[in-house]
This record gives sequence, C-alpha cells and structure tokens, in this order.
Amino acid sequence: MSTSNSQSIPVTNMMPNMSRFLGLFKSLQYPALGITCLLALWWVGGYMIEANPDLSAFSAFAPAPTFSALVDMVSSGEVWAPIGSSLYRILAGLVWGIAIGVPVGVTVGYFGVALKVTNVPFQFLRMISPLAWMPVAVLAFDSWDSAIIFLIVMATVWPIIFSTAHGVRRIDPNWFKVARNLGASGFQMLSRIILPAIMTDVMAGIRLAVGVAWVVLVPAEYLGVTSGLGYAINDARDTLAYDYLAAVVLVIGIIGYGLDTVCSVLIKRFNWHVE
Amino acid sequence: MGASISLDFISHKFSASAEPTLKDIENRIEPSELVALIGRSGCGKSTLLHMMAGLLIPTEGCVRINSHQVAKPSAKWNMMFQKASLYPWMSVKENAALGLLFDGVPKAEAAERVDTLLDMVGLSDKKNANVQSLSGGQQQRVALARSLATDPEVLLLDEPFSALDAFTRTQLQEEVPNICRERGITMVIVTHDIDEAVAMADRVLIMSQNPGRIVGEQKVGLPWPRRHMDAGFQAMRDELMQQFKGTDTGLAGRNAVESDESNVAKSAA
Repeated sequence: MSTSNSQSIPVTNMMPNMSRFLGLFKSLQYPALGITCLLALWWVGGYMIEANPDLSAFSAFAPAPTFSALVDMVSSGEVWAPIGSSLYRILAGLVWGIAIGVPVGVTVGYFGVALKVTNVPFQFLRMISPLAWMPVAVLAFDSWDSAIIFLIVMATVWPIIFSTAHGVRRIDPNWFKVARNLGASGFQMLSRIILPAIMTDVMAGIRLAVGVAWVVLVPAEYLGVTSGLGYAINDARDTLAYDYLAAVVLVIGIIGYGLDTVCSVLIKRFNWHVE
Repeated sequence: MGASISLDFISHKFSASAEPTLKDIENRIEPSELVALIGRSGCGKSTLLHMMAGLLIPTEGCVRINSHQVAKPSAKWNMMFQKASLYPWMSVKENAALGLLFDGVPKAEAAERVDTLLDMVGLSDKKNANVQSLSGGQQQRVALARSLATDPEVLLLDEPFSALDAFTRTQLQEEVPNICRERGITMVIVTHDIDEAVAMADRVLIMSQNPGRIVGEQKVGLPWPRRHMDAGFQAMRDELMQQFKGTDTGLAGRNAVESDESNVAKSAA
C-alpha cells in the first residue's frame, strides 16, 4: 500500500502532515470514483424517469429530491425512530443467532457424528428463505416484534453454525493433544483453546449473518409492524412520498455498509493469523 | 523430583483384528534416569511414549509412574512433540504459563515461575513476543519452558528436535539433559537418531518392529558434557549401530509404518 509513495519522498521529509493527507487522499480515490459512478447512474436514471411522460410521477426518485428529503428527515429527527427499531430487531436477532449458532457449530464441528447427522437437515433448512417462516412466526409469537426477531434468527443462525463448525474442524489436532497433556479440563479446553482458535471464523460467520439479516429485515418489516425502516418504506409508498422512500433506501444502504464495516474491524481485531 | 516409570507387560493393538503394534514390553526406568528409545519409524516407540504420557491406554498391561497406574494425562508427566504447537493467540509468556493456568496457580506466581524459566531457556528478550515471529528453535524452547513450568517429574520427548537446524539441535541436545539432571527429572526421548541418543541418554533401549518390542539395551555411561568428536562418543555410537543392525528384522512394509503413525495421531487427538 505504501509503495505508491515513492514520488512523494521529499514531501514526506518536509511536511509530514501534508503527506499523510496525500496518502489518505490516494487511499480514498478509488472508492470516491466508485461512489461518483453510482451517483451518475442514479442521476441518469432520474433524468430518464423525468423525461418519460408515463413515469414522471416518480421523478422524486432522482438524487436531488432524495437528498433534500434526507436532510429534512435528519433535521426533523424523524429518521432516528425507524433506525432505532430496526437496529434493535437486528441486534436482538443476532444475539439469539450467536447464542444458538456458536454452541451448535462447536458441537457439530467437534463431533464427527453430529456433523454427519445434521448435515442434510441443516443444508435443507438453510435453503428455506427466512421470510417463508413468516406465517409460522406470526402464529408462534404473540408480538410482531418477536416474530420479526425470529425471522432474523432464522437468517443469522446458519452462517454462524457453518462458519463456527468449519473453524472447529480446522483446529490443529496437536493443540488438543498439548492442552490435554498440560492437564486441561473440558471447560478449559473450550474456553482457552477452542473458542480463541475459532474466533476469526465465528466473526466471519457473524459478518455473513449481519449481511443476510439486514437484507431480510426490510421485507420482514413490511408485514404487520408500524415501526422500522421497512415500515417507513411502505409508509412512504402509501403516501406517494417517493423522495422520502428513496431517502430511506439510502439510509438502509448506509447503515448496512456501516454494520459490515464494524464486523470487518472486529474480524481484524480478533484475527491472530499472521499475514 | 524424578519419578520411576514401570512398563508392565505392555501389548497394544489398534484394532481387535490388527497385528499387535507393541508386544510384551517390560522395563523399569529409575527416578532421574535419562533414557533414549530408538528404533525405526513405525516400530511403536512413539506409541509407547504416548502411553507413558497417558494420552493412550495400552490394550494389555500398563504404565506405572511411581507405582501408580497411568490412566490419563497429567502435567506431572509432560510431553514435548516434534511440533512446538504453541497457541498463536497467546504471547510467549502466556504460552509458557498455560499448564499453570490449567492447574489454577495464581497469576502472579505463574508469571514469576515462567519468567525464570524463559530466562533459563534463553528467551529473556522475547517474553511478550508473538510466537509466530519466533524461529523453530525458539518455538521449541518456549515449548520446553511450558513443559518445565508445571514442575514435571517426567519429561517425555517425541523427536522434538528433528525439525530444527543442526546447530540449534545440537544446542538443545546439550541443554535438555543438563536441565533434567539439575532438577532430577526423569527423561525419556524417542528418536531414530543414534547420535541424539548417545548425546542425551544414560541408557538406550532398542526397539524392533512388527511387533514392536524392546530387543536390546545399552548403558551409555559417558561423562558430561558429551562431545560428538570424543573417542568414547564415537565408540558408543558404533556399538549401538552394531546392536541396532543385529536386531534389524528387515524392511517390513511401509504401509504398516504409515498406518501405525496415523493411528497414534487419531487415538491421541
């Protein structure tokens, strides 16, 4: 990464702050280009909608109205309530997904028999869209909130189970042997050897889970509830407030990106592999 | 303080139908004795060592340490493996203190003991290092400190130096028996390197294969420190080589060798 700085060596010596700024600029130039392209496509799309008489009612989807709606929503504070509800649901779903997924994943990864027994049912269940459980969830839970959290759990539990089990299976067998030899109890083996060894894999599974959960959350919130970002989209559609609708889509994307970034930072933090 | 090890009529089969891997092994290792177990790959010497560590239970007979039957692993009889197998999420210090942590020794006391040991094995300046940044020899030194931290009565070495460069290997071949003699630890090393056996042991047990049995033994009785160029060392090596050739039952199938080793890995994991 730093090899691209060879031309700016004199600058580095004279003005270290300046070169740090230049370095930051260089590392951001590609993402900035990507964002610019996306904005340009969006703008072209908005222009085409506006130019087409059949579609011009939807012209508020264009960037300018969207950003002004976003500014409105942020300055009036009405954006925070749906974000809060959605984040609460995804967090609750994730906590349950981890609480179930990690122990199951460790069991499946550690005991060969458990892997053989669960492989087919798990692969089968995994392929069912979490949203397909909606009717069951509505029957089984007395509140919409719990039903949605259940759907999130159904989305998050599989990547966490599979990633955890994979992590356990690739633990160096000698690590078990040495720990047993040093007198580790079963609990110590789990807490001092297995869990630290698989931490990176668990985090990678959580990252996948967050991605799926965030995608599932919005359609789940179309149903029943009267809060959250999915509901906000539905609400904006019903009131023909397309600029607000697009602003909520923007918020969903930004938060999703933020969640993923948090996960990747945590993965780096827990990673003990030397690159 | 060293412990005695009795091998009481040990025979072992990895499966009921298989040929025995070990047959009628009987020997007694005295407290603080330094013993080398030599034989070809696949003769079952490593299997026998795993039994002394309690990582594997023989199908017949038993190992007794200080007359107690070995039924499970204990930090009182520690094993060092060919691979150091350090835990990369722990620092050098934490790795060395692991046995003490498992044993519930208070942190401050553990830190103090490990500190002294790391000084002794020559890693004073690496205590907080990431173990992945160490050389193979340094990693094996951490493993040595880890094995010594729990004050073992017996130190079992399963070809622990075979993956190291010649210089480091020679150094450790000298240091490890010194440490064991100072602390009175009973040492058993498994090796297929006759020089290593002569450099480290008071007594050498020779094993044959298919089935594995102890077919000869030789007191070494050379003064310490041992130098490879000394006439006595050379004579002893030749003597052992002769004995070893005399017991050689030929090159029995490679397949048997490999299946034996994978069986050990499986049962011990």
